[in-house]
Amino acid sequence: MTTRTKEIIALVAVALFVVIFYIRKVAGRGAIEFPTWLSMLVILLILASLLWILVLTIRGRLIERRVVFLYVGIAVALPLFMSLTQKISVSPEVKQLYDAIVELPEGSKVLLSFDYDPPSAPELQPMAESIIRLCLQRDLKLIIMGLWPQGPQQANLALEKVFDDEDIAAKNLQYGVDYVNLGFQSGNEFVIQRMGGSFQSMFQSDYEGTRYEDIPLVRNVRNFSNVDFSVNFSAGFPGTVEWVQIAVDRFGLDLGAGNTAVQAPQMYVYLNAGQLNGLLGGMSGAAEFEDVADYRAKGTKFMLSQSFAHAVAIAFILIGNVAFFMSGRKSRLKGD
Amino acid sequence: MEHFALWLGAFLTLGILSFLYKDNAWYKLSEAVFVGISAGFWFATLFWDNLVGKFWDGKGEEPMLWVGAALGLLMLFRLLPKVGWLSRWPLAFIVGATSGLWLMNYLASNIMSQVQATILPVFSSGFGAGFDADLATIVGNLVIFVGTFTGLVYFFFSKEHKGVFGGAARVGIFFIMITFGASFGYTVMSRMSLLIGRIDFLLGDWLGMIG
Amino acid sequence: MRREIPLIITAVVGIIFVIQYFIPHWPFSKMSDWFSDWFSIVAACAIILGALNLMKLSFLKVYDRKEGWGYAAVIIITFFLMAIVGIAGGRDFRNPGTSFDWLYNYVYIPLSATMFAILAFFVASASYRAFRARNFEATLLLVAAFFVMIGRVPVGYTLSSFMPEGWQLSNLATWVMTIPQAAGQRAIMIGIGLGIVSTSLRIILGLERSHIGGGK
Repeated sequence: MTTRTKEIIALVAVALFVVIFYIRKVAGRGAIEFPTWLSMLVILLILASLLWILVLTIRGRLIERRVVFLYVGIAVALPLFMSLTQKISVSPEVKQLYDAIVELPEGSKVLLSFDYDPPSAPELQPMAESIIRLCLQRDLKLIIMGLWPQGPQQANLALEKVFDDEDIAAKNLQYGVDYVNLGFQSGNEFVIQRMGGSFQSMFQSDYEGTRYEDIPLVRNVRNFSNVDFSVNFSAGFPGTVEWVQIAVDRFGLDLGAGNTAVQAPQMYVYLNAGQLNGLLGGMSGAAEFEDVADYRAKGTKFMLSQSFAHAVAIAFILIGNVAFFMSGRKSRLKGD
Repeated sequence: MEHFALWLGAFLTLGILSFLYKDNAWYKLSEAVFVGISAGFWFATLFWDNLVGKFWDGKGEEPMLWVGAALGLLMLFRLLPKVGWLSRWPLAFIVGATSGLWLMNYLASNIMSQVQATILPVFSSGFGAGFDADLATIVGNLVIFVGTFTGLVYFFFSKEHKGVFGGAARVGIFFIMITFGASFGYTVMSRMSLLIGRIDFLLGDWLGMIG
Repeated sequence: MRREIPLIITAVVGIIFVIQYFIPHWPFSKMSDWFSDWFSIVAACAIILGALNLMKLSFLKVYDRKEGWGYAAVIIITFFLMAIVGIAGGRDFRNPGTSFDWLYNYVYIPLSATMFAILAFFVASASYRAFRARNFEATLLLVAAFFVMIGRVPVGYTLSSFMPEGWQLSNLATWVMTIPQAAGQRAIMIGIGLGIVSTSLRIILGLERSHIGGGK
């Protein structure tokens, strides 16, 4: 059988699989959940296959990269069917951010800056939803903006999700009074610099074109001194670094941050120096915040997959190193 | 319409993922759509939020805004070879503004604040608090001071890394390796999180296999 | 004067921003406000320039029927589709239910999110093939990575739940991040900060001219 034939067969198989399950979904059949025994069996099979890969690697054959891709896909996908529960340990920096929000009196103004785009949404969107929910639960007022063009739209998606909650819906929150989305402005750190003097100079109107002075929530908000707390959701530049350098160090804003895991290690320096009041790092930070805020959502749901994915990544690194040491440093491993 | 939307999203997602097998036309088509849609997204967003927002909603009340508009227009001259040199002016403005702002911001926040946060009392919980630090705080403060100092010693390449200086630089490398290891660990976490999000869309939103 | 005027602009603007840090009052505050507004507008135009340049290159590719011209045509069509839908949508172009919002949710999000998601596969594959503990430093890097990767997920707590409070993997991961990692990160940050300060000074003083470009 030629490679082309195998590819066509594989494509047809995938297409059939997809059509069958889509029809199943449209017919109203529910989600698939593995019983505990099946989950444990799957875990044992994965471990056994990893041991086999270790044996192969020691014998001098590095496995093809597409096999590694397959394992990563399995490690991420299969746990989504499992119903195993795990205890989440809350880090001090996550608790610090939670306490900072909870200590704010009712009616306090919280500035939320959405500085990320869809690729970073799996990490930052759960954080944003949890924090918005907590703020609205505690009757805090939200001023939303973005230094990334997709930020305000991500904010609206988060608000839509939070407003589905019965408790929040019952509050009958009003746009312009309880929350407002000022939209995006280009200019990176210069937007923050300008906001230090006047918010209105940068945001003459909100997301929908309503003039700043016609919005009750912000008409008396001149600059950072009229904001009680701020949380920045950041995936890169411009982001938390710029907010710390300008809004915190020059204008004295009290700032907490939610960052992608790639950016989070750098933020510990600012946290350590007292420039940040709380930090959520990556999806685990989101899950920890959901735990401390008692709100189980996507962050918590995905942690089992995250655990498996990390375990598989570590397993492959260990397999490579065990083989490296056992075969001697001078011999060359045969690759594909 | 929702069915079409889900299938379109899944088609484009699987098109990008098909690159894992090998480069192919499906991937190239998805990539081309991504490039065009991204550029269009930015164009529309900047048009309404920046240009219309400043010059229509704000009524262009601040006359000096029109100087900025002129600089912005000069930027677009880059597309025309004969007058492209005029785009150097707004570029020079961008570079000058960024340099001026970064010079002070990085000096204050990334250097002075960090040095201040490193020089910590070893046996106290704070300056003037007396000998009240617990063992964890004492060890933590010492490690931070030693780590930051030796890390900076490592980056000083004007002096040969020999003797005591070389020893300090070696300790500095150890701390930097810990930093890189932690960054690598978090990078793996971040990438896996992004993949989990996509798999959730495919298996949950599209195929309804997970709740 | 083609090179001198940009250098003067760079110097004046840079110096104004430095002065306004220490004297945040009129006239420097007013001037820095103007410059910040102009930066926002010029940045927007720079991005628009990028989009127009992309269109120019794509059009030329299609016109000359170069290899892959079909994909260039797709770029042009999708750019105009998104831009026209956005601009024609009026001020509410992004609201839920609009065509722009539909394209954002079902075209832009799947594509941009998946582009970054495939990096997960490459990280795992590259680590398997190349990440070797060849010396003490590399071993230290690996051990720190393992602590963080296991300690930051619930499985870390599960594996070390028998340990006393404060000594579990999650606590150790937190300690690694807040103390030794922060120390190394701070050293790197200070070093980079010093580099940025010196380069900024060189640019403002006109010693660094690469941003002006070559030629007359």
